[in-house]
Amino acid sequence: MEKKETLHRRDFLVRSLKVGAAVGVTGFLGWRFHDPEGPPGAQQEEDEVSLPDFSVPGMDRRLAVVRGEDRAATLELALHALGGMSAFVKEGDRVLVKVNAAFASPPILSATTHPALVERLVQLCFKAGAGEVIVTDNPINDPQSCFVLSGIEEAARRAGGRVIYPRSDLFQPTTLPGGRLIRSWPLLYGPFHGVNKLIGVAPVKDHHRSGASMIMKNWYGLLGGRRNVFHQDVHTIITELAMMVKPTLAILDGTTTMMTNGPTGGSLADLKATHTLIAGTDQVSVDAFGATLLDKTVLDLPFIHMAESAGVGTSRYETLNPTHLQVS
Amino acid sequence: MAIVTVRRISQVFFFLLFVWFSFVSTAGEEWWELRGWPANWFLQLDPLVALVTFLATFTFYAGLLWALLTILLTLVLGRFFCGWVCPFGTLQHFMGYWSGRFETLGHLQQKNRYHPYQVIKYYLLVFLLSMALGVALQKIIQAGLWTALLLYGGIALCLLLLFRETWLGEKKSKAIASVFFLAGASGLLAAFLQGGHRILASSVQTGLLDPIPLMHRSLNLFLFPVLGEPFRRGVVEPRLYEGAWVIGLIFVAVLLLCLKIPRFYCRFICPLGALMGILGKWALYRVGKTRVNCRDCSVCEAHCEGACEPMGAIRQHECVLCMNCLDDCHHGVMGYGTSRSLGGERDAPDISRRGLVLTVAAGVVSIPSMRLSGLLASNRDPHLVRPPGALREEEFLQRCIKCGQCMRICPTNIIHPGDFSHGVESLWTPVLNFRVGTSGCQLNCVACGHICPTAAIRPISLEEKLGEGRFADVGPVRMGMAFVDLGRCLPWTMDLPCIVCQENCPVSPKAIVVHEVFRPIRDPVHRVHSVMENDFIVVTLERLALQPARLATGDYYVRWVGEEARWRIQRNTEREIELVPQARGHISTQEGNEIEILVRLHLPQVDPHRCIGCGVCEHECPVTGKRAIRVTAENESREKRHSMILHGS
Repeated sequence: MEKKETLHRRDFLVRSLKVGAAVGVTGFLGWRFHDPEGPPGAQQEEDEVSLPDFSVPGMDRRLAVVRGEDRAATLELALHALGGMSAFVKEGDRVLVKVNAAFASPPILSATTHPALVERLVQLCFKAGAGEVIVTDNPINDPQSCFVLSGIEEAARRAGGRVIYPRSDLFQPTTLPGGRLIRSWPLLYGPFHGVNKLIGVAPVKDHHRSGASMIMKNWYGLLGGRRNVFHQDVHTIITELAMMVKPTLAILDGTTTMMTNGPTGGSLADLKATHTLIAGTDQVSVDAFGATLLDKTVLDLPFIHMAESAGVGTSRYETLNPTHLQVS
Repeated sequence: MAIVTVRRISQVFFFLLFVWFSFVSTAGEEWWELRGWPANWFLQLDPLVALVTFLATFTFYAGLLWALLTILLTLVLGRFFCGWVCPFGTLQHFMGYWSGRFETLGHLQQKNRYHPYQVIKYYLLVFLLSMALGVALQKIIQAGLWTALLLYGGIALCLLLLFRETWLGEKKSKAIASVFFLAGASGLLAAFLQGGHRILASSVQTGLLDPIPLMHRSLNLFLFPVLGEPFRRGVVEPRLYEGAWVIGLIFVAVLLLCLKIPRFYCRFICPLGALMGILGKWALYRVGKTRVNCRDCSVCEAHCEGACEPMGAIRQHECVLCMNCLDDCHHGVMGYGTSRSLGGERDAPDISRRGLVLTVAAGVVSIPSMRLSGLLASNRDPHLVRPPGALREEEFLQRCIKCGQCMRICPTNIIHPGDFSHGVESLWTPVLNFRVGTSGCQLNCVACGHICPTAAIRPISLEEKLGEGRFADVGPVRMGMAFVDLGRCLPWTMDLPCIVCQENCPVSPKAIVVHEVFRPIRDPVHRVHSVMENDFIVVTLERLALQPARLATGDYYVRWVGEEARWRIQRNTEREIELVPQARGHISTQEGNEIEILVRLHLPQVDPHRCIGCGVCEHECPVTGKRAIRVTAENESREKRHSMILHGS
């Protein structure tokens, strides 16, 4: 009988301890995680990133215009006129090539950067000593369809380049200092890790909303999110993109120009053989010259003037004494 | 090697093969993408797919002939497919095996005892097949009353001759009576339906329960998206599928049920297993007792996968040839051979004739009943946009087995499993959703029609899709048509420049055209203080009235009130507006004049002759919730009566 009493007491003590501990833990958890304020209304901001200046320090503004049909040949000649690829890409550089792969359409329709141009460009980067060449874009159509159908993926791989798809985890927000539109907006930043040279390479295309899609408009493909809202102020967004992206080199392919139905095209009837390749360090002058292939003037394209006013470059390309060459 | 080991190797092999074929079913050119892999091979081996599409269409489409192999082997070997090949069977087998590892023999015998409800699957099979019978019945009835009577009578006579052993017995009169009854009833039925036969219809619904489509669907729409394929090239967003959770829930629930009842689905639900059971009725080879020295220890029933009771009179139609009884029997009694079991056999499932007739009737009338909503007629759902090359809705429903292969292959993730809103029959059939995914239907893609195992989506060529070459007269394949919702469209209603839809339209010439208009902005009129002309024209207003730089976007213009010419604004401060000079028109420099500020807008309009309903515009529209341009099934090529315009005009 006595024994049972003892057991009962011990059992009670043990249970009391357990209950005490449970009460303590519950109370502590309640106190520890109590939030009297409720969540803040504004969303938490992610770490912002910004693109560095990729232009070659101290280099003057250069522009070369080469006539010819063979993109590989015109590219080589243009680069030669600009001082050779080695003036831009040094031993061990990591180069990012921003192509225009916006649409899932074959190369013959010229809605995307031509694979022959991509291949030769990547080859030339490696020839100049590049350690790695990355090819990327955030297309409008399905990315895989775009890179495969445009022939860009195969061309880049053949030349040894690495194609990076715009996976959602590669985007980080960026803000353009002084910008009105690019504020905490997702940027395709992942592929830029370790990159120190940037080459923009795009075709000359008609573009209904902005008038033309060339080098500056092509940076649109670095934006993520519902970027289409920027069409409400398309000239400003192009200007801000040009302010944000300072490339090493801009290569504008006017071998075939999409004169109508842009920027998608879709028919050979939309194209015109213009046999011109423009390369330079000043994207505004490159686009200003490109406009002439579309039978447009600088006045027809407000973003050119706006970018010029913002100090991105000059629309008076003739002041740069461009080298005019012809592939024989 | 023990026969069960061979069986296990076979199961693992076919299971891995199935997963591999499912895995590679994505568009691409790599060896681990779909470039020649026979991704539909299991669906083609599935005799239920072949049979049901045959009943509905009287054809075996392409690779569905493979089903003959399964049928022939089943006729010889029994239900080998269930126990040795079927990937869903293997998964369930594994679950059951897992849960039973440490259980006592007695408990296992309890679990693996035959349950009378196992007959349900035969009724399900008959019901699902009967749903596809409508068109066949229609044809017979259309042939006329007397033809129908003759046909039914002929069939009855054949039956009579086949079972002529009853002719001389006392069942003689019964047989004759039933023949006459059959013929008479058919005649009556035909007469009754003379006017109403048009409502008879066939629909393929076996895919709801057929284990091979079920496995594909569960992997394609649930398992792969949940597990993710981050290593896969080109996958930039995880795949989404509407209502995939239901598909996943069913899959997981069935597998969990197998912990309690081994091969739960195979035993109670699987219509394919039921079909195999009926086919296996005549199998040459069968499991059974080969010797008389059986001690009735019932060990053979402990691990019996089919719950076919091998110790007593074995139920051959339930036996999945797991061969566990051969392995378990310590006395060498159980065997697999050409002779019948010495313990007796039950060849046929316990379906009653009455139940059978009732089930067939229910199946046949179910489809016309489901269509009473008119969803296949005037009350069609305009949001039911099918992939390019999909057949007319009625023909489509006579083929689609809801396997989800098109949904997996679609590079843009726009093909989704349909829900009940498009009709009961459309559950899990492919429906396009342009809000989900990476783009609209890609102009140069025809992947869905080429993977479709039953040609519910025809394998169209690119030439046909684009309406080029010999299809130039027919024009492109239209999935539907885009409509601008004027009340939501930014330029139409809110004076905001946009035209993203027009820009992204992949058709050439574009199917979206724009009308340029100049509309006065809010508070448009201002009084001019002075005008200066240098390189540019600078207009100074009388008052500080403007928001700096707001009009400098290239979309704003100035017009002197009462005049025609418009001048584009290049820059503005609170009081000054800088204009771009132009060749025509001259500036009215008079002070005190009034100017009006206009915004230049492009208003999108869809050209119904060009729009193919690819949905790229809908996908890209910046009004992200309910889009301001949306595709509905109007004008779709597959149904002439959905045509909205006079083509060729």
